[in-house]
Amino acid sequence: MALTDTTGSHRVARLRRRARSVGGLALSLALTLLGLLLVTFIIGRVMPIDPVLKVVGERATQAQYDAAYQAMGLDRPLWEQFLRYMGDVLRGDFGRSISTGHPVIDDLRRVFPATVELASLGTLIGVFVGVPLGVIAAARRGGWLDQIARVVALVGYSMPIFWLGLMGLLLFYGILGWVGGPGRQGIIYDGMVPPVTGMILVDSLIAGDWGSFRDAFSHIILPASLLGYFSLAYISRMTRSFMLEQLSAEYITTARVKGLSERRVIWGHAFRNILVPLITVIALSFGSLLEGSVLTEIVFSWPGIGQYITKALLSGDMNAVLGGTVLIGTCFVGLNLLSDILYRLLDPRAK
Amino acid sequence: MKQFPLRAALLATAVCIAPIAHAETPADTLVVAAQIDDIISLDPAQSFEFSGNDVDNNLYDRLVDFDPLDQNAGIKPSLAEGWEVTDGGKTITLTMRDGVKFHSGNPVRAEDAAWSLQRAVKLNKSPAFILNQFGFTPANVDQMITADGNKIILKLDQPYAQSFVLNCLASNVASVVDKETVIANAEGEDFGNAWLSTNDAGSGPYKLATWRPNEAVQFTANDEYWQGAPTMKRVIVRHVQESSAQRLLLEQGDIDVARNLTPTDVEGLAGNDALTVGTEPKGRILYMGLSQKDPILSKPEVVEAMKYLVDYAGMEGSFLKGQWKTHQNFLPEGYLGASEDNPWTYDIEKASQILTDAGITSGTVKTVVRDIREYIDVAQTLQGAMAQVGLTLEIQQMTGAQVLDAYRARQVPIFIGEWGPDYADPNTNASTFAYNPNNADDAKLSQLAWRNSWAVPDDMNKATIAATLEGDTDKRIQMYQDIQQEYREIAPIIPLFQKIEQVGIQKNVKNWTTGGAVSSVFYRQVTKE
Repeated sequence: MALTDTTGSHRVARLRRRARSVGGLALSLALTLLGLLLVTFIIGRVMPIDPVLKVVGERATQAQYDAAYQAMGLDRPLWEQFLRYMGDVLRGDFGRSISTGHPVIDDLRRVFPATVELASLGTLIGVFVGVPLGVIAAARRGGWLDQIARVVALVGYSMPIFWLGLMGLLLFYGILGWVGGPGRQGIIYDGMVPPVTGMILVDSLIAGDWGSFRDAFSHIILPASLLGYFSLAYISRMTRSFMLEQLSAEYITTARVKGLSERRVIWGHAFRNILVPLITVIALSFGSLLEGSVLTEIVFSWPGIGQYITKALLSGDMNAVLGGTVLIGTCFVGLNLLSDILYRLLDPRAK
Repeated sequence: MKQFPLRAALLATAVCIAPIAHAETPADTLVVAAQIDDIISLDPAQSFEFSGNDVDNNLYDRLVDFDPLDQNAGIKPSLAEGWEVTDGGKTITLTMRDGVKFHSGNPVRAEDAAWSLQRAVKLNKSPAFILNQFGFTPANVDQMITADGNKIILKLDQPYAQSFVLNCLASNVASVVDKETVIANAEGEDFGNAWLSTNDAGSGPYKLATWRPNEAVQFTANDEYWQGAPTMKRVIVRHVQESSAQRLLLEQGDIDVARNLTPTDVEGLAGNDALTVGTEPKGRILYMGLSQKDPILSKPEVVEAMKYLVDYAGMEGSFLKGQWKTHQNFLPEGYLGASEDNPWTYDIEKASQILTDAGITSGTVKTVVRDIREYIDVAQTLQGAMAQVGLTLEIQQMTGAQVLDAYRARQVPIFIGEWGPDYADPNTNASTFAYNPNNADDAKLSQLAWRNSWAVPDDMNKATIAATLEGDTDKRIQMYQDIQQEYREIAPIIPLFQKIEQVGIQKNVKNWTTGGAVSSVFYRQVTKE
């Protein structure tokens, strides 16, 4: 290979690199989603659940069954079904859900904000309690605070959320009456706030309706605390182990020898260095909450995406499952992207 | 899994102080908690699920209907104020009531009624067969059902019993829809099906405010309703999956009615002065189907012995408590021709005797059971009883869809599950339990008799048909009594229990009804004190 025009090839390489970072991102997003769709699609078709029966009911005659089978396009080869579906999706049409009778896009617009609202609040709680807890546990390794943090995390990992949710409802709603019951809103507030984002806390703030806000908050706080507890358990354990790793590094010893205060050593040096991996942990934890915690949603009658997709899956409602999968897949890719960007901002080496 | 937290929760309540009721729903609003995630469409020509029919029953009127406060009184005039049977029973002419309006303000005409029935037949969704059994087909229905002034004329292919026809006209699929509104919203050839799936075009006591799937259905009162404006101006039905959550909401006064309480939660309500428990028999039958393809189950002695191996009283007194009652006939209480004869009791010795006399001392049978607690409990109780006479029962659990697939393919040796009547006439159950015109594998019929591979004797097939044609209602009742008597003696598909719906209600709510065995829930007569 002969190098004839070095300056030209340098420029091209730089351009290529830049194009690669943008184009590559778009390409990897597209490929990820395509792969995700393909796998989900195939799983949906080999599942031992007959979606036609959901549509026609168990009393249908063979003729009605066959008519519905054809109307749903199930008589065509698998690849053709997939291509058709992809074609529709590219035109923004996710089809109609057979378990709700509504267009999938409308369903998702309704259920996803409910989950986002819950997951965001849960993650906020998880971060604001979990990170300090993890840092302190690492700083006082073996101390009583560390022991408490360990117990808290262990309980968070091992308690069935279903049970905790019921007990929480019984205590805080049934006996103490501090919080609202199952559901997103009290009955008299239902439909009072015009939907803008679909997140009732946000919408009621936009509308300036404090009554609705308070009511929605009293309903969300218990399930959000529960989810927060679970993400707290994960986040605090991860924070602790990241911190321990940093605190045993030589530069920390150097800093200590230089006579820096313990607070500056921990927060200014060690903590700054764990920010990057910590962000990935938080993003992943948020992502998994976005999938919707099915059991939490069931216990609290929370009409979120977890219940929606689970129910769709059990009735072979593939349009709904695929639509939900695309949405959650996009969120995961988006979150990865976001933590990539934050890396660059926080880690000088990445610049 | 479902039961454990519940018991724990109950224990905890027992030790703690009784919860204080603080909230109360508004006086003109009825708030119901129920499992409503089975709704897939609100179009009355398509809806065939319990919750969907519960909604439609209040949005739409039918030509004839049941009295919400007295379903046992049978069919009453509704949008049709009267009817006349001519042509030896082959023509029914109904006269429309004057001055009734749809929610849109359009008048309710005979033309709307005729078009609604034609539409249901042409759409040919699951419940269409209820009308099609009178000989209507998409091709002929325009000639068979016609409107003339304020009359609607139905021409039938056979002289069917008047009670049979009217009972079917009271079913949800025969709801009268607003022709002009539906046509204006039709897409292509769908007769407005997509639009009507999520909207209402009825004349009923309530208008649809919103339906958010798996979340809530809200109604507002139709103040111009022809039978008088409903007292409850708003009705809100919330989807609450968990029995314990429904109970908490009820105890806190956030809801008026809880419709899906487990026996444990119903018991837990006792002693709460603000609440009461309502009970109504429903149409659902819990039965045991013995496949006649199975070498052991196809022996008549085994069929006979199995009837004595079911611990009716034991199950009724324990895990089925209050929610199912022993009922050994295929017609549920509340239906025309229903029988209250329950001849079998739990009798191991008798079963053992029958089997020994026939030389059967051992054998293994399989059952495929849906993953519903009650069914599994029934199967396990049966397993214990069968073991005592030398029969081994292998229980396999599956999801509802999987069980249904296997059942449709006639591959379930012992089926334990429910049958719910499709319409308010005895033929709905007779034609599935006691009728099977073709027992061949490739016939692919939907009858329970076919699914259990039972070749129904010719005389019973004929009697089932004849009962649909008997014009004299008293004679018709007797015919069903006779069919059920023979059925009890020979049939391998054995009815065990009838469903009782238990609802938790605030004491100030009056006239609540779930529609009994024959109908769906009605809200218009509900009041609060």
